[in-house]
Amino acid sequence: MTVLALVEHDGGSPDELSLQALALARDLGGPLHALAVGGPVTGLGAYGVETLHLVEDDRLAAYAPAAWAACLEQLVDQLQPSAVVAAGTNRGNEALAHLAARRDLPFAANVIGVGGDGTVTRVRWGGSLLEEARIDSDLKLLTAAPHMVEAATVNGGEAAVQPLDPELSDADLVVRVVEHAETPSAGISLAEAKVVVSGGRGVGSADGFGMLEELAGLLNAAVGCSRVVTMAGWRPHTDQVGQTGTKVAPDLYIACGISGATQHIAGCKGAKKILAINSDAEAPILSNADYAVIGDLAEIVPAITAELRKAQSS
Amino acid sequence: MRILVCVKRVPLTGGKMVLTADEQALETRHLGFTISPHEECGVEEAVKLVEAHGGEVSVLTLGPAEAEEQIRDSLANGGDRGVHLVTDSEEWDAQATAAAIVAAVHADEGTGGAYDLIVFGNESADAGNYQVGIRVAYALGRPVATGLKGLSVADGRARCEQEVPGGRDIYELPLPAVVSVLEGINLPRYPSVPAKLRARSKPVESSSPERPAPQLEKVRLVVPPGQGKQAEVLGTGPEAARRVVEIMREIGVA
Ligand SMILES: Cc1cc2nc3c(=O)[nH]c(=O)nc-3n(C[C@H](O)[C@H](O)[C@H](O)COP(=O)(O)OP(=O)(O)OC[C@H]3O[C@@H](n4cnc5c(N)ncnc54)[C@H](O)[C@@H]3O)c2cc1C
Ligand SMILES: Nc1ncnc2c1ncn2[C@@H]1O[C@H](COP(=O)(O)O)[C@@H](O)[C@H]1O
Repeated sequence: MTVLALVEHDGGSPDELSLQALALARDLGGPLHALAVGGPVTGLGAYGVETLHLVEDDRLAAYAPAAWAACLEQLVDQLQPSAVVAAGTNRGNEALAHLAARRDLPFAANVIGVGGDGTVTRVRWGGSLLEEARIDSDLKLLTAAPHMVEAATVNGGEAAVQPLDPELSDADLVVRVVEHAETPSAGISLAEAKVVVSGGRGVGSADGFGMLEELAGLLNAAVGCSRVVTMAGWRPHTDQVGQTGTKVAPDLYIACGISGATQHIAGCKGAKKILAINSDAEAPILSNADYAVIGDLAEIVPAITAELRKAQSS
Repeated sequence: MRILVCVKRVPLTGGKMVLTADEQALETRHLGFTISPHEECGVEEAVKLVEAHGGEVSVLTLGPAEAEEQIRDSLANGGDRGVHLVTDSEEWDAQATAAAIVAAVHADEGTGGAYDLIVFGNESADAGNYQVGIRVAYALGRPVATGLKGLSVADGRARCEQEVPGGRDIYELPLPAVVSVLEGINLPRYPSVPAKLRARSKPVESSSPERPAPQLEKVRLVVPPGQGKQAEVLGTGPEAARRVVEIMREIGVA
């Protein structure tokens, strides 16, 4: 049976997370069809897509979640697929939840693997826990958890393109993006930084972050923080790393005065290396870190900064 | 404005995840409980709207008897009344949760009038299904916007802001509407001692819905591999700085 995947794209080139979703969709077996809104999207054949259903419709020039779900629903009726798969992005999860609500079907969000018998493994707690679950319906709706499945190419030709003329009701277009406000980017983005210097309760105050900023400056790093810090108003929430903050994946994550709660680790476990600076040699962060320095961060961080300055000037 | 906020009781796990022997739940014997930060911000957002426009904030939870604690916490943060859908300790899937919330909303609106706004967290802290709010919106035939980092209400419409790469997307929803919010939309207040005391005597209505068979059925929980490595201690105190810089050079970041 056919599998249908939603592909998100930026001006025609497919998003990495959608390519990962296509890999998960292929694991479900069956010919792979894709839906893209706007387009055309190129290169999908190499990821196993046989047919690309393309919606080019002025009414969908701006994102409208219910309308995306309506397009998926139309294809479900047409293709009778065994599954609909999207990326576990804001829009992917949203579109599939809409589809699930329209059909009153179960929907498994953020899946990392599929079994033979309708079981899936999905993430809970932002990735700190896994759940094996059974989807009790013929049509399976799921999204692929970001960065848990690798995108993979196949020896396929170019995907055949079929225009899709969506049947949309007024209700499908009530909620749509009516305005886009640009915000100028400031400094190094936390999500993309190669090094993150992050501080927790142990930093002690908003002023205490001065020494972290100084170190970050030398390393071309972004400054991050724990939730305790945002709740205290020492840093804005945009700096928060974790399950309900930003997920980071730097080469080095330096956790200063952070205990290592699972919800914090959920945001930094994508780091290649973690260095913990903590006065408590028993802190849980040590069982998630590669390196540790034990002691008072107020002494250690400035010492590292000084040492780095020395090394950089020699 | 009448606003309903939906919150879910979850364990406050510490440094690691420990499962019960049957792998069906987290071992919570030594844990406290809380709600998702997204939902805390949902409560704060509702309270701020009512402070500005007048009205009433109701807080709903579907959960065990102990979940009254999370209702009372939310009432201490400015909610006016609670709605407790009491379950045995078994987990409900998203479809069943949404259906129970919808039934409670119907019953509540029958007596108290329509909710202008129903506020959800973007995703629950534990299950992370990303869907209960959307299901409720469909069942009630109301518009829904998710993942909000900004919300304001004027002239019967909700202006909803979502953070997207490079900026913000804006939606305008006619009320009554459903929204889900993200942590960062506001900075929730800390409850004062008098507010905590007042919360004890605010009304909480409870009922006990039947749990339907789940359609997304949990088979078992698994702690992902990788938990429990042990860091190499580079040293104690500022003397370790040299070794740290050596490591930074080794991994190519300094
Ligand atoms: C659903 C949910 C979602 C959450 N999401 C997030 C999230 O996105 N991000 C997040 O961070 N948290 C999140 N949390 C909160 C999380 O559970 C912890 O409460 C939080 O991460 C703890 O922050 P912390 O490590 O700074 O503080 P603490 O746990 O208090 O740890 C402080 C650490 O600093 C050390 N220390 C103290 N003084 C010094 C010193 N002078 N020098 C060196 N070390 C020192 C201590 O030994 C300790 O290890 C969430 C919680 C829940 C329930
Ligand atoms: N048991 C529950 N009781 C009340 N609200 C809930 C419950 N489960 C989920 N919700 C609400 O629905 C949102 C999304 O949950 P989910 O779809 O599970 O990710 C949560 O943030 C809550 O606002």
